[in-house]
Amino acid sequence: MMNLDLSFYNWDVISNFVVKGFYFSIMLTIVATIGGVIFGTLLALMRLSGKKWLDAPAALYVNGMRSIPLVMVILWFFLLVPASFYALFGSVGSNYRSEISAVITFVAFEAAYFSEIMRAGIQSIPRGQVNAGQAVGMTYGQNMRLIVLPQAFRNMLPVLLTQTIILFQDTSLVYAIGAYDMLKGFETAGKNFGRPIEAYLLAAVVYFVMCYALSWLVKRLHKKIAIIR
Amino acid sequence: MGNWDWQVFLQDPGGEYPSYLQWMLSAWGWTVSVALLALIVALVLGSLIGIIRTLPDSPWLVRFGNAWVELFRNIPLLVQIFLWYHVIPALIPAMKGVPSFILVVLALGFFTSARIAEQVRSGIQALPKGQRYAGMAVGFTTAQYYRYVILPMAYRIIIPPLTSETMNIFKNSSVAFAVSVAELTMFAMQAQEETSRGIEVYLAVTACYVVSALAINRLMAFIEKKTRVPGFIVSASAGGGGH
Repeated sequence: MMNLDLSFYNWDVISNFVVKGFYFSIMLTIVATIGGVIFGTLLALMRLSGKKWLDAPAALYVNGMRSIPLVMVILWFFLLVPASFYALFGSVGSNYRSEISAVITFVAFEAAYFSEIMRAGIQSIPRGQVNAGQAVGMTYGQNMRLIVLPQAFRNMLPVLLTQTIILFQDTSLVYAIGAYDMLKGFETAGKNFGRPIEAYLLAAVVYFVMCYALSWLVKRLHKKIAIIR
Repeated sequence: MGNWDWQVFLQDPGGEYPSYLQWMLSAWGWTVSVALLALIVALVLGSLIGIIRTLPDSPWLVRFGNAWVELFRNIPLLVQIFLWYHVIPALIPAMKGVPSFILVVLALGFFTSARIAEQVRSGIQALPKGQRYAGMAVGFTTAQYYRYVILPMAYRIIIPPLTSETMNIFKNSSVAFAVSVAELTMFAMQAQEETSRGIEVYLAVTACYVVSALAINRLMAFIEKKTRVPGFIVSASAGGGGH
């Protein structure tokens, strides 16, 4: 049994190494959720359009993304995003290549998962709602925007948020391309002070507390929404 | 697209294997071994935990099962792998010298056991209460009515979510690269670096993953068809999701 050095747990270590990574993990989670839901909804609409030339490519994209490990997708995007894209961001682009690549990857990857959730949500809306919209003369776009999507979104909110918690856990996989996220922050701190065990333990505790608290909130929200329905 | 060079797979990486192709096939074997062994660990542990969460009159067992699921579900897999690899051998001397392959199998198995426990629990709870009472009424002990009445039906119900969990375990085995297990993702990263033929290497590795996923999908569909009880369809709201 070796002894833990508790003096490792102090604010200097946290603020110098972890906070920067923490911000990136949170930013990545938020951007990927918003971007993923937007593109995911578009993919879901393509799949439900009833037109084969829209449905087929969307299905290929969604099923393709869902059958490849996220780590491979991260590696793919890191390989394929051209240098000229990073140049658009100026000096930030050259210093934060991995981070920019990670954001694009997560939006593209999560869109596939969110599209399945949104598809289920849209299909859960009774047919009569769509018919009623058509009856009062709404176009397809108005019907979707004003009638179907708001309801689908609210019905699926707990599932969307659960997916966001999984997404947050998965942000740790940017380790594969060396992006500086929260886990990397803990790891760097552990390496610098020669205390990797303390660092990994604290990382586990922090991830656990955050994910547990979030899933508890989602559970409460789920109950609230269930009552409204 | 004209400048692809698939001959890269015939080159000699100058190590254990005579060509990159053979290296990749061996890596595929490692991926399959990690995933299948972890699946066995996850099925055994997950079934146990899932069952004790549904036992009548044992609140402490239920609490233990719930705590297990929350613990292994709320820590990212990569962090759990680091815990098994860096922390546990330092805290438990008996775990020193255990190869990283075994540690990854345990990490992935324990991680997935939480998800399978959740599915087993919801599968059992999806059965009508009457099944349990019928078992009791004919004089079965708790162990007997689980063995002969509840579990045979519960496992049939959860085959679809188990299918996606099995596919998940194959995908999640890619995280083993972080502790240098020589599986497909590790191969992809190293071969890409050595040959600078990233697109060809990644395409081949991606194809291996897709083929694995399809194979599992077909296999599980076959099992589902073989074990189907005619006229008995129960819809389960077993928890799926995840990557």
